[in-house]
Amino acid sequence: MPQIAQLGEYYASQIFWMLIFFAITFFVVGRGMVPKVMDTVASRDKQIAEDLATAEKLRESADAEEEAWRTRENANRAQAQDLIASARAKAGAATAERLSAAQIGIDADLAAAEKRIDEARLAAAAEIESVAAEAARDIVSRVAGISLDETAARAAVKESLAHG
Amino acid sequence: MHQFQLETLAGAHWNIAGYNIAFTNSALWMAIATVALIVFVAGGTKRQLVPGRWQMAVETFTGFIDGMLAANVGKNGKKYVPYIFSLFMFILFANFLGLLPLGVLGLHPFTFTSHFSATGVLAVLSFAIVIIVGFAKHKLHFFSLFVPHGTPVVMIPLIFVVELISFLVRPFSLGLRLFVAMMAGHVLLEVLSSFVISSGNAGLGLFAIAGLPSFILMVGICALELLVAGIQAYVFALLTCVYLNDAENLH
Repeated sequence: MPQIAQLGEYYASQIFWMLIFFAITFFVVGRGMVPKVMDTVASRDKQIAEDLATAEKLRESADAEEEAWRTRENANRAQAQDLIASARAKAGAATAERLSAAQIGIDADLAAAEKRIDEARLAAAAEIESVAAEAARDIVSRVAGISLDETAARAAVKESLAHG
Repeated sequence: MHQFQLETLAGAHWNIAGYNIAFTNSALWMAIATVALIVFVAGGTKRQLVPGRWQMAVETFTGFIDGMLAANVGKNGKKYVPYIFSLFMFILFANFLGLLPLGVLGLHPFTFTSHFSATGVLAVLSFAIVIIVGFAKHKLHFFSLFVPHGTPVVMIPLIFVVELISFLVRPFSLGLRLFVAMMAGHVLLEVLSSFVISSGNAGLGLFAIAGLPSFILMVGICALELLVAGIQAYVFALLTCVYLNDAENLH
């Protein structure tokens, strides 16, 4: 077993080189590099945690924003509904007013027109009377050879018109 | 047994205070393990936010050691991460490098963790750290480690002696466990491979009976040895953590 057979010859060398190379490993790798690696891991973990926290915060603020937008939107909608209702009422009232005004105008026109029609009819009737009286007097003078007085002819025509 | 033979490669006459510190094949493989470990970890210090595969591998190892210390020592254990990481990775690389099939290239990989003169250094180092931390943190209170809670007063002297012995045995068990596991594995592989070769030389019939099953068994044991290489490094680091916990938190 060389481990024991060569112990006397080589133990100092083994111990010396072991200490040297383990010291190099410890100071270069353990002290030099491992803290950097651990630091990288720690900073990554921290960044992930921070990113998650930020995302959570942003989500919350977005939720709040949406909630505020919703209430604002609801208020706006209600306001718009009010506006529409009042506008509708106002428009209805205005329409009714204009309608009634127009109705009055139409009634007046109608009345005036009826009056004019009556007058025209009366005038036409008078015209017919005088024409008929003239015609009657002419007929009488031609047929009977007598000259009729105008008022008599008119009275006769009136009478005949009244009896149909 | 040739694979465990130490050979002087350079500096046969290097001496420090009368002790010869020749550069051996063992020292060479310590150097190779150190360089390989530096290269491996250096590849993981790119500090990318989104790690590549290499960085991920290194971060997995540091996270593993960090988790082991957190589980065994608590948050006081954070400061031992560099030491435990170096210990674990150094042993792991040594074990794996010793298992590399470099023999096919004509090279002789040397597993320096199969020498108790090497593992003993690491064991004594861990033990020394435990003692220094223990006495620095708890002063003479550290001796209460040897008297578990609820020990009857009459039993205290006896228990103290038993606990003290079990405490003092720790560096030996720590160093010997690694050395024995590594050596046993390599010896087993060597014995089986010698079966394969000598039965193959003896004749086809004997090769079919003894050589082939041995070869198949070797394939399985090689896989097992890879597992043992990892487990022994883990056990060494884990036990150091457990001992550090004693020193940090007493009972």
